Amino acid sequence: MTQPSGSQGNEGIVVVGNGMAGSRFVTEMRERDPRVPLTVFGAEPQQPYNRVLLSNVLAGAARPDQIGLVDPAWYAAHDVDARLGVEVTRIDRRARLVYSGDGGVTPYGTLVIATGSTAFVPPIPGTGDGLPAGALVFRTLDDCRRILEAAGTTGRAVVVGGGLLGIEAARGLAGRGLAVTVVHLAGHLMERQLDPGAGRVLARTLARLGVHTRLEAQVSALRTEPVPQGDDVGGARTPSQGQAARSGADGGPGARVTGVELATGEFLPGDLVILACGVRPDVALAREAGLAVDRGIVVDEMLRSVTDPSVRAIGECSQYGGTVYGLVAPAWEQAAVLADLLAGTDEAARFTGARQITRLKAASVELAAMGETQHGDEDPEVEVVQFADPARGTYKKVVIKDDRLIGAILLGETGTAGMLTQLYDRAAPLPSDRLSLLFPGVNGAAVSDSPVRMPDAATVCHCNNVSKGQIRACWEQGARTAEEVAARTRASTGCGSCRDAVEGIVCWLDEQEAAPAG
Amino acid sequence: MAVSEHLRADGPAGAPATADTPTHCPYCALQCGMTVGGGPVRVAPREDVPANRGGLCQKGWTAAELLTVPDRLTTPLMRAHLGAPLEPCGWDEALDRIAAEIGRLQARHGRDVIGVFGGGGLTNEKAYQLGKFARIALRTSQIDYNGRFCMSSAAAALNRAFGLDRGLPGPITDVARADAVMLVGGNVAETMPPFMRHVTEMRERGGALIVVDPRRTATARQADLHLQTTPGTDLALANGMLYLAVEEGLLDETFIAERTGGFEAVRRSVNTYWPDRVERITGVPVPQLREAVRLLGRGVRSLILTARGAEQHARGTDTVTAFINLALALGLPGREGGGYGCLTGQGNGQGGREHGQKADQLPGYRRIDDPAARAHVAAVWGVDPQIIPGPGRSAYELLDALGTDDGPRALLLFGSNPVVSAPRADRIEERLNALDLLVVSDFVLSETARRADVVLPTMQWAEESGTLTNLEGRVLRRRRAVPAPAGVRSDLEILAALAGRLGAPGTWSTEPAEVFDELRAASAGGPADYSGITYQRIEKEGGVFWPCPAEDHPGTPRPFLDRFHTPDGRARFIPVEHGRGAAEGIDEDYPVYLTTGRVLAHYQSGAQTRRIGPLVEASPEPFAEMHPDLADRLGVTDGMDVRVTSRRGTVVVRARLVESIRHDTVFIPFHWAGEGRANLLTNPALDPTSRMPEFKVCAVRVEPHEPNGADQ
Repeated sequence: MTQPSGSQGNEGIVVVGNGMAGSRFVTEMRERDPRVPLTVFGAEPQQPYNRVLLSNVLAGAARPDQIGLVDPAWYAAHDVDARLGVEVTRIDRRARLVYSGDGGVTPYGTLVIATGSTAFVPPIPGTGDGLPAGALVFRTLDDCRRILEAAGTTGRAVVVGGGLLGIEAARGLAGRGLAVTVVHLAGHLMERQLDPGAGRVLARTLARLGVHTRLEAQVSALRTEPVPQGDDVGGARTPSQGQAARSGADGGPGARVTGVELATGEFLPGDLVILACGVRPDVALAREAGLAVDRGIVVDEMLRSVTDPSVRAIGECSQYGGTVYGLVAPAWEQAAVLADLLAGTDEAARFTGARQITRLKAASVELAAMGETQHGDEDPEVEVVQFADPARGTYKKVVIKDDRLIGAILLGETGTAGMLTQLYDRAAPLPSDRLSLLFPGVNGAAVSDSPVRMPDAATVCHCNNVSKGQIRACWEQGARTAEEVAARTRASTGCGSCRDAVEGIVCWLDEQEAAPAG
Repeated sequence: MAVSEHLRADGPAGAPATADTPTHCPYCALQCGMTVGGGPVRVAPREDVPANRGGLCQKGWTAAELLTVPDRLTTPLMRAHLGAPLEPCGWDEALDRIAAEIGRLQARHGRDVIGVFGGGGLTNEKAYQLGKFARIALRTSQIDYNGRFCMSSAAAALNRAFGLDRGLPGPITDVARADAVMLVGGNVAETMPPFMRHVTEMRERGGALIVVDPRRTATARQADLHLQTTPGTDLALANGMLYLAVEEGLLDETFIAERTGGFEAVRRSVNTYWPDRVERITGVPVPQLREAVRLLGRGVRSLILTARGAEQHARGTDTVTAFINLALALGLPGREGGGYGCLTGQGNGQGGREHGQKADQLPGYRRIDDPAARAHVAAVWGVDPQIIPGPGRSAYELLDALGTDDGPRALLLFGSNPVVSAPRADRIEERLNALDLLVVSDFVLSETARRADVVLPTMQWAEESGTLTNLEGRVLRRRRAVPAPAGVRSDLEILAALAGRLGAPGTWSTEPAEVFDELRAASAGGPADYSGITYQRIEKEGGVFWPCPAEDHPGTPRPFLDRFHTPDGRARFIPVEHGRGAAEGIDEDYPVYLTTGRVLAHYQSGAQTRRIGPLVEASPEPFAEMHPDLADRLGVTDGMDVRVTSRRGTVVVRARLVESIRHDTVFIPFHWAGEGRANLLTNPALDPTSRMPEFKVCAVRVEPHEPNGADQ
């Protein structure tokens, strides 16, 4: 098991995939080792961008040119051979070569596969050899551009899939003025992250924002119509390669979508249909190269393929400990671990799994979810603390076991998300006051100091360490104004913030004196 | 002990009566105006100094007591041989011994065998003369100072972004007129209380105070918005705020286009700092991040100020850069009343970093490796530029090298107490003990002086004159108000006497005014140009802002209004990354963050304030502040002694339970020696640019302390 972790021979490192994981690895690697030959292939022609922010682009909160990750000049300046818009077509592990779509053959010492995922297109009639015009997946910046283009010409959209991405797309389109319906197979939205109660509150919130939800609804077909000759069918495209899409009876390129048919026979019209039915790890290359692939490329804690230690895999195409990590935080952690191992900056670096926290990026819908959120009160070992105010769109729940957070939902108001994510990330013991987990500011809130109720020992002026008792003594010796007290005790002569308190005490003492004894 | 009895017998019985002299407080960089006089000597605040406008904190009010501390040194002390006790001796005997040892060591090991360590509390004149002494009397490259432990990260970041390191971008009165002030890692309500008067005035005018601090400090309690960050995550916070500034449309595109360069790379770099990622790193809720950006971005005059909490990190320079990037993106700098600034800590923290006691620097903030700078300064000094050595080691590296094979074997130390103030202090103590010769100039027997071979009794604030440059960049006069006790000499006298014995070239005046005139000439044409500043002008004008290149030049209160001091006049955006955060993260063995800082009643290593009765009464001992929940899990109750252990050492302090601190963090103030010496724990991981140690975060374990050793 003691495989050398540095790159083999003189061929250096070749990275396949320039998305969130691949581009991160390249920059992390260069930071640690300025010399090792580094080549990166990216199937998409543009500079790498932050996929997490695509929903913001869709919603209009960011422009496509504002989500770039790596400066175009960076590659040349850092001696990285970037092959953008070039797909890798084959890996020859015996010869340690990668073949690319431009006819090139590139040798490697270490191969890093970071091909990510592709959108899953359900095998239903209408998805054919390619999607009809107006039916789109939401995965890449290109997809995003096409959706925006289509959104500009229609008033009605259907989103198939009520998971994270589907809801973000739906919310973005609703914000652009479209009437949007989300069709979802399960009994509540985001069922993998939310319990039914939270799903219901989320649906209610979305409805207020113009997004309607159809639950337990199965799409049986996309309904299409032929595109008249000469019309621009620019919206149509083949979903990314390596796809499970099958040809249907009709539809496909050359046709245009008009809506979706449900298994109940009902028809939901829409000139824009977004298929947000999840993603599948893009493992075709790895599988063809004979690497062990389950759902993703199976790797060990050094991110090595269990089949071939000179091949590493990170991000959504890899699988560690039975889990495919579909979020960016673990992908970046893997990138850093791998860079440490390959550069030799930390030989002990290991990826041993990560905790996943889901955040919805949708305007006016604050949502954070993590861990096991489905628990009710059935398990005596598990403590559930929750609060719901559906009318205001608020739903909060924390699930606790052994004084550790094992799951949480914050919907509508996420003021404690920073605290919860850190407690969850670190599996740290929880604050004794459970309320502070749900509501910000209740823990240790400032108590306003009433000068009247203070004990004599209480410090009024911290800058000069003057107690209420000293001010009282000073008053008893004849000082009748705050200025006189300041002159004798120095109270309020530092930062000045206790001036009101000093005046309050003097005033109160004056009043006590004036009041009739009794 | 024999020494202190002797000192008490010979010490001053009480300073004589004098007229009131206008001068400034001996402590922090605010340099509050005060008068000193009367018999017995008293201080009173001055109304005519903008920094304090009639206010003083308890340290200032009790400053006169420093003049009569019972253990004042009034005679040199020396050890007859290694291991012998410190015994009183004559000045000639002490100085002859020092000169002879220097000669012997340099003849055998070369010039760099002598190290010099200065301080940010020294006047400009003393700091200047100390640098000159090292370079042309000792001809050693091995000089640095404790300012490295103070604001060096902000200095490095300012130089690289604006081309000039002047702490505040304008007069302190701009604070009161600001629309918003964001204070990052500064607890001014305790460390420089009169500063809060300006903040309070701002808030009364409708401005907002934003405080970034892991603790809900006295300052944070007065804030409109408190961002309670995880220690070591300020950089991510700043990048996340810049991300939000883009999203919220708060960029000042015109300013960015006309006055800056490099924005695109920074904009791209902050694309990885989207709000919920930053929330997860920092623990600060997204709505608070957003509110903070809006408060800063919507104001016309907003200030972002950093202090040690943001700067004392192994990524301190990058952290400050992240806040400068934010300020630039919002268009704050280069505008009257707004911008980025650093709240310098030590009394002459600003001036002390400009005139040559820094390892890589010559007077006027010139670089020691710049041939033109060397030629200019050599001409003022009357020497061949060739004899000026090159850059030396930075403060921690210098202290860490003491007594090692290629490090200095002798150290001359002025105005610092590194046994208490340096990180990983027991290592530094060990290095000091390994020296052939340690010479300390101080007015009391500090913890470091106790380890010296020769101790030279020097004058203190109200006994000497000179200039200090406060946090605004305003050059002020420190004036002699009382005579020094018999037997005490000024640092200028000490340096002149040693220079004479060493046969040094050049002139060695003991008159501060003459040394200042030489400093003016040496700084002329440099970034920190003092050539137009005179004692008379300072007195007449209430201080002069540098740069001031001519006597008819008004000085420069706001140096960036027209252009930045970079070659093309534009401020530079520089992309910076959070990376993995703090050099030492928490783990199973060391599960709690430690952060260190100051309390109101004490100053720096406490060598001065721990000798003042009322201050000791206000704050008698070190403590570990922790949340009751953390304490509960550890079996600790309020007031119990706890052992706090890091990878470098252990301290024992009393627990103080407060709800104002994060659950994962303990705070220990660093003013004390002995078993509560916080710097036994701190991490000397250094910033790659500023060489600042990571004082502000390391990982520790906290346990109840059982003095009988039952827990060992």
